[in-house]
Amino acid sequence: MTGLKRLLAATAFTAAAVSGAATQGALAQETIFLSTQLRPIEEATKVRQIILRGAPGPVTFVVEEPSPFQTRMDAETAAGKRTISMVGALHGELSPLVGSKGLDPVDDLAARARERGVPEAMLALGKLGTDRQMYIPWMQATYIMAARKEALQYLPAGADINALSYAQLKDWAKAIQDRTGKRALGFPAGQKGLMPRFFQGYLYPSYTGGVVSTFKNADAEAMWAAFKDLWTHVNPNSASYDFMQEPLMAGEVMIAFDHVARLKDALVAAPNDYVTFPAPSAGKGRGFMPVVAGLGIAPGAPNRAGAAAAIDHLLKPETQVTMARELGFFPVVKADLPTDLPGGITLLVEGVAKTQGAKDALVSLLPVGLGAKSGEFSKVYMDTFQAIVLRGAPIRATLDAQAATLQTIMNETKAPCWAPDKPSDGACKVN
Amino acid sequence: MTNNRLLPYLLIAPATVFLVLLFVVPLVQTIALAFMDNGVASLTNFRKMAGDLNFGLSIGNTFLLVLAVIPLQICMALVMAMMIQKMDKGRDLVLWIWIIPLGISDLAAGLVWLAILQDRGYVNTVLNMLGLVDGPVNWLSYEAPVSLFVGVVLAEVWRATAIVLVILVAGLQLIPKEYGEAAEIFGAGPWTRFRKITLPLLKPSIQSALILRTVLAFEVFAVVYALSGRNFPVLVGEAYAWQHVNQNNGVAAVYAILVMAISLAATVIYIRALRTPPEMQP
Repeated sequence: MTGLKRLLAATAFTAAAVSGAATQGALAQETIFLSTQLRPIEEATKVRQIILRGAPGPVTFVVEEPSPFQTRMDAETAAGKRTISMVGALHGELSPLVGSKGLDPVDDLAARARERGVPEAMLALGKLGTDRQMYIPWMQATYIMAARKEALQYLPAGADINALSYAQLKDWAKAIQDRTGKRALGFPAGQKGLMPRFFQGYLYPSYTGGVVSTFKNADAEAMWAAFKDLWTHVNPNSASYDFMQEPLMAGEVMIAFDHVARLKDALVAAPNDYVTFPAPSAGKGRGFMPVVAGLGIAPGAPNRAGAAAAIDHLLKPETQVTMARELGFFPVVKADLPTDLPGGITLLVEGVAKTQGAKDALVSLLPVGLGAKSGEFSKVYMDTFQAIVLRGAPIRATLDAQAATLQTIMNETKAPCWAPDKPSDGACKVN
Repeated sequence: MTNNRLLPYLLIAPATVFLVLLFVVPLVQTIALAFMDNGVASLTNFRKMAGDLNFGLSIGNTFLLVLAVIPLQICMALVMAMMIQKMDKGRDLVLWIWIIPLGISDLAAGLVWLAILQDRGYVNTVLNMLGLVDGPVNWLSYEAPVSLFVGVVLAEVWRATAIVLVILVAGLQLIPKEYGEAAEIFGAGPWTRFRKITLPLLKPSIQSALILRTVLAFEVFAVVYALSGRNFPVLVGEAYAWQHVNQNNGVAAVYAILVMAISLAATVIYIRALRTPPEMQP
């Protein structure tokens, strides 16, 4: 009897010791973390030296541009050999990985994220159209506008910079052009610019109250006419701008729209030279699009326990605050930002707060359920823009032609409408 | 005896294996990609390409660029090669300087010309100093298609004339001097000698240079990408955009095959048009 007990105890002890050692071993082992975010060398260095320093095990932070990121993940899946345990990327970059089997569900980590205050809607986004948690939200950002202070003198009388309409933005840009001869408004419409998000999250929702279902209606037609008119005051180099911080710093443009991370260098370099404010509004409200980056684990990860521990570390409120202070990305968990942020970051925080807090704010979600078609989805908006605005094609005919392409994408992916479009049964219909 | 017969095959085996692995296999895979849609054989990718906003434009732009760049480069390289031929002193130094662009990557060459032509580039700075312009002139925007095209042509000519030059210089050195001297004795002037002796004997070299340059010109990408962004779509640029921006490797593969087909057709045309009978070779 005692012999049996002893044996059981010994077995239990050994099992505990073995599993403990396994966890210890996993943590001591290196975890490779591949990210499309925080790629610039200064940012990556901060991630390595500050953000990941408190992580439980050694984490190697490797960065890759979005396209090689996809290729590498697909190659590892195809080869059946994983070196990457953990990935960090934007929502839109993670969604193709579902189709190509590059993400392992992380339902086990969702409860802890929920406890820490990650909003339910954001966690739902992380399911990527499946019924499992595919990624854990990591950090968020959005798009704002920034202007050099010398542009403020041309602001049209009676216009409130924090509640501009598209008509007022046009008058402002026109006033600058009339007085200085410069086309001082800039958009990131280059090959690597984030212009498609401007159409999907800002222009379309503001004018039409939707993105897909309202793609070619009368409001959309009027919107493109107005935007084409606005574009006559936009710096023509906008078709080549990828990041707006450089043209702002160079003084090539005075007013710009872009992702906060792509304005940051300008604001941090000279916080006193700039103001930040929300994007304009039109008939249906002030569209804005929160951007989410998420953390996922690769299937067959060489070190799943290490990756889970690193994700847990990155979601700690104190880590999230450090990321805001050092990198300008905002917490997804409940955390209070300190008041002593650097000047440029304060400008970003203010811009984001004004955007989220605007009375007429109209939230637009990132495309949901498009999987590998999200690239072609964005192409519809960029092609429409190029045809109508840059090449002067007739608006109605262009919208009808592109709407057919858009409907095909929706039918192929069977993606239901997402906010601000009204929910649909089955694939979202382009009206 | 058996060994001797096998030897040539053994010697070319490594190169053949290398080519099969790194060229034929990916080629077959690319063709498979092009004709597949969700794992089913279909022509969807071809339809998508043909219906693409930039399809016609990128074909037009690519051909326009090839037609503008290649004749210019052949003429310039011929003139430069003839000049070098007549030089006694400093010949190597001049040749060396002329072929510097050969050592510079496409993208770097594009960036060099971007630094020259962009709004606050060297051209605008000089024009401004001379008082010819008030503010920066947009040479490379979609609103200035002519200067954008000229910019791309300049960059391409600067970057890739050297390879033509090297081939032609090598070809010129193969032509025996006796032909020219004999013609001179019979009273042929320099122009006649160039037309009746140098050019015909240089034809095989010109053919090689044309094939090489034309194939590369149809593949032009990095220089155009650096200078024009999305303002001047070309075929390989569209393949890149479909692969990396639109994330559809099927359509990208169709574009790649189209570029290959055009290059092959150009090569066949050159080989036929510039055929040199063996007895006419130097």
